[in-house]
Amino acid sequence: MNAALAIFFVLAVIAVFGAISLIVQRHPIHSALSLILVMVALAGLYLLMGAEFVAAVQIIVYGGAVMVLFIFVIMLLNAGEEERTNFSRLALYAGIPLAVAVTGLIAASIVGSKAAAALPAAGPGTLTSTRTLSTLLFTEFVYPFELTSFLILVAILGAIVLAQREN
Amino acid sequence: MNAFLTNYAFLIVPIVKIAILVLIVLTVDAYLTWLERKVIAHIQARWGPHRTGPHGLLQPLADGVKFIFKEDPMPANVDKVAYFLAPFLTLMLAMTSLAVIPFGPQRFTVWGYQTSLGIADVNISLLVLFAITALAVYGVALAGWASNNKFSLLGGLRSSAQMISYELALTLSVVGVLLIAGDFSLRNIVEQQAGSGKGLLGWNVFPQIIGFLCFFIAAIAETNRVPFDLPEAESELVAGFHTEYASMKFAMFFIAEYTNMITASCLATILFFGGWLSPFPESWTFTHYLPSVFMIPFGLWVIFDGVRYENMFGRLLLPVVGAVITAIAAALIVFPVANDAIQGVFWFLAKVFAFLFVYIWMRGTLPRFRYDQLMSFGWKFLLPVSIANVILTSVVILWRMHG
Repeated sequence: MNAALAIFFVLAVIAVFGAISLIVQRHPIHSALSLILVMVALAGLYLLMGAEFVAAVQIIVYGGAVMVLFIFVIMLLNAGEEERTNFSRLALYAGIPLAVAVTGLIAASIVGSKAAAALPAAGPGTLTSTRTLSTLLFTEFVYPFELTSFLILVAILGAIVLAQREN
Repeated sequence: MNAFLTNYAFLIVPIVKIAILVLIVLTVDAYLTWLERKVIAHIQARWGPHRTGPHGLLQPLADGVKFIFKEDPMPANVDKVAYFLAPFLTLMLAMTSLAVIPFGPQRFTVWGYQTSLGIADVNISLLVLFAITALAVYGVALAGWASNNKFSLLGGLRSSAQMISYELALTLSVVGVLLIAGDFSLRNIVEQQAGSGKGLLGWNVFPQIIGFLCFFIAAIAETNRVPFDLPEAESELVAGFHTEYASMKFAMFFIAEYTNMITASCLATILFFGGWLSPFPESWTFTHYLPSVFMIPFGLWVIFDGVRYENMFGRLLLPVVGAVITAIAAALIVFPVANDAIQGVFWFLAKVFAFLFVYIWMRGTLPRFRYDQLMSFGWKFLLPVSIANVILTSVVILWRMHG
């Protein structure tokens, strides 16, 4: 087992642990903290794949900005611990089998596909370097990129309109 | 043993470097508190600490002992996980951010392992720094929330709002530098400023003066220092987010704050003031004696001040310290190899010290912002100005490319 694989397993365990903890925790703040753990572990996984820029942006945008807003809102609303209710019937009879089926399907498709094994070893700076990424964004994918920016702008304007309505 | 060293140099060398850096940074943090108290005292026509050791120089040591032996009470009904996590997280992130700072131009090989001055030389070091800064807000926010105290909570809320607001301006203000350098690596950004050996004139601060001002203001806000220290505004919030922390846990917040100040000063030096580059043109080799020219009079003054100090301890200690400083400076003149080697580090430290002094100076001079002023300043002034700076820089670069 080489070092990269060992690091992968450590990060993967952290990510899965964080994801489970996110659901199991009863306090919203603890759930949000678990989600941050998942984000940071994912950034580590991106780094392992040589995608430095994506890893840094993952932490800056998701770990930083988005989750700070989550925590801010939870703190501001002073949300308390959630109450546990009994499992709903639907979750018990339909949810668990469905979850098992979906997990099995994903696992089967990963195991079955040869593509996973034949993935090119993307070293640092091949496809994922900042320069290549930005060149691609502003040449080949410029329309989807600008369209997404426009969409975000519309969302921001929508938020302002909603906030202003009461006046 | 030798084979072991060569095989594991990639592990041993960074660990040794980290240990040395942590030791240095903790010492500098401690004496930064001393410097701050002294400078502010003199601004306010007081003496500052002067009982513990000559000129109060042992005050940081006394503070450290006090921090360790203080009782560490925990308020009732706190959220234990978050309460304990917050100071550790704050200190850890503050220390981690120093790992990507390059302190000097040297690259050297130890046991066949190539390394440089600074812990890690990554090619996206600026992004890594921003990523760590982005996480740093959790320490303060969690501390405020977990303490189960309304003053702490207000401090934590203020901090998270403030840090989100100023992070945008902070990130946008360095885009101008990135456009000029075309690189995320702090080392390359410094080397790009060397230009054609023009010295001072090649620094980014001249084309990027707007960017620098935005960066420095936003950096002060990110480090929660005066005039942006609303999260711990003691006249309104007792002590803000760290009201309920005592002993070593309080010390951790304190150390983290000073470490963040050092990181911000290092970053300002690297991005806008040429890092370890000398402000003089390369052809002026006589400026290489400047470190000695500064240090010898300083050392002689410490000796002179020491022999007439009021108590025996000072009369013994200060002349020795002064003699050591003078001897090092004299040795640098005698050995040109050593003198050339310390040039980069000397200028880097000199610039960082200048920024740290400005930080302290502002604390002694400026009043605190009101909260609404803070928000409208960040969103309505700083952010538009930094965006305008990005547009202006891009236009100039494009114009030069085609003109």
